[in-house]
Amino acid sequence: MTISNDNDDETPIETLTLPLDAWHRAKGGRMVEFAGYWMPVQYEGIMAEHLWTRESAGLFDVSHMGQLYVSSDGEAEFDVDAALEAVLPIDLSTLKTGSVRYSLLLDDDGGVLDDLMVTRWGTGFYLVVNGATKWDDIGTLREALPDEVLLNHLDETALLALQGPKAAEALERHAPGVSALTFMKGAAFKLGGIDAWISRSGYTGEDGFEISIPGEAAAQIADLLCGEPEVKPVGLGARDSLRLEAGLPLYGHDMTPDHGAVEAGLAFGINKRRRTEGGFPGAARVQRDLAEGPARKRIGLVLDGRMAAREGAEVYAGDQQVGIVTSGGFSPSLQQPIAMAYVDAGHAGDGTALEIGMRGKRLPAKVTPMPFVPHRYHR
Amino acid sequence: MTRYFTQDHEWIEIEGDLGTVGITDYAQGQLGDITFVDPAEVGASVAKGDAVSVVDSVKAASDVYTPVSGTIAEVNAALVDEPELVNTDAEVGGWLFRITLSDTSELAALMDDAAYKAYVETL
Repeated sequence: MTISNDNDDETPIETLTLPLDAWHRAKGGRMVEFAGYWMPVQYEGIMAEHLWTRESAGLFDVSHMGQLYVSSDGEAEFDVDAALEAVLPIDLSTLKTGSVRYSLLLDDDGGVLDDLMVTRWGTGFYLVVNGATKWDDIGTLREALPDEVLLNHLDETALLALQGPKAAEALERHAPGVSALTFMKGAAFKLGGIDAWISRSGYTGEDGFEISIPGEAAAQIADLLCGEPEVKPVGLGARDSLRLEAGLPLYGHDMTPDHGAVEAGLAFGINKRRRTEGGFPGAARVQRDLAEGPARKRIGLVLDGRMAAREGAEVYAGDQQVGIVTSGGFSPSLQQPIAMAYVDAGHAGDGTALEIGMRGKRLPAKVTPMPFVPHRYHR
Repeated sequence: MTRYFTQDHEWIEIEGDLGTVGITDYAQGQLGDITFVDPAEVGASVAKGDAVSVVDSVKAASDVYTPVSGTIAEVNAALVDEPELVNTDAEVGGWLFRITLSDTSELAALMDDAAYKAYVETL
């Protein structure tokens, strides 16, 4: 049989290590190459880690992601907000200090270069971008932003995510006050005596937190959190199955430069004022797709049976191919296969019966609203 | 009864001209939670090395190759409702298919238990 390695993102010249590398190995993590780094795909098993996160709390190392700080070079007159708005379709006039917002990095044709989180800090903006795209993002941002804007890559900073219904009670013991945060809000805390920026956000659909800390303190903080009875380490495998159940797209798969923001279902990442006013890369495509409706849409599919559809599988309506699967797998929470696909808009309606071609078979599937598993954010 | 192994982590147990095939405990550990087994086609005539069955895990789908040529005689019906048997009992109850061998001389190219153990040590 073939034992696949599922590291299809990038083949780097040299695989790099992250601050928790030794920690993961000591915890029994099975390390794979992902986004240019050695990362744990699982510890005790994807199914168990997935279900643990849904019922308790999982600790994820996401230090491969790019943490960036955008600020003025000190010229008090310079308007960093305006400079960033020229690059991202975000309305910063409504983003308060400590608030987090989802945004998109689009190319001039409206294709998705990346998705990211933008937080207003008192002095500038804190951005979290995808690991596999961070080097390109830094290049794109540096080229697009004026010289008066400083772009710092916080590459000695680790990022942990604590996700699950018991995340708040576990974290509160070490970062008093953290449970007062609501979804998409962040603040500075002392976590086990370490300076941490903590936001109530994540990529699992569960309540939870993302925790930015100095890389040299990462192992100490990971030990501290995993010392709580609610918390176990969780790898990339369960991160993928959790985000799929939550209907959250994965960059490089469910959204790429070949996908527009609107057809990807990410129009919520383009704030209302900007939709009208434009003035960001790809605005013409976004406005046209919003007005006319996109030709194809990212949709969710629930399959009959137990055979999972995988990325690249063709989607059919009768004999006609109407789309392609971009993510698929077996849902541990629902105990049935689920998938995301792009299909022609005429076949994208909820409840539409379609078929997926897998290994010479046709698997019946039904268009289903996402998330597949309800979000449980703390709003 | 004699058991042989492949470098692709299948095992085959021979009884006369009938072989029972599964994946090894090492392989199931690498794959993780098995969620579905796409069974071999009973009656199909297959050649050594053909992909005849697929094991789906949460993570990925993996082909299973037949260690020998022959005709698929039977598949493990228990796996329809309990694919996780491949995890919990890979080398006994989690067998995948039985095959009637067409050329028993192919067995000579496979590894015995000691050779397979030594091979896994190198991985």
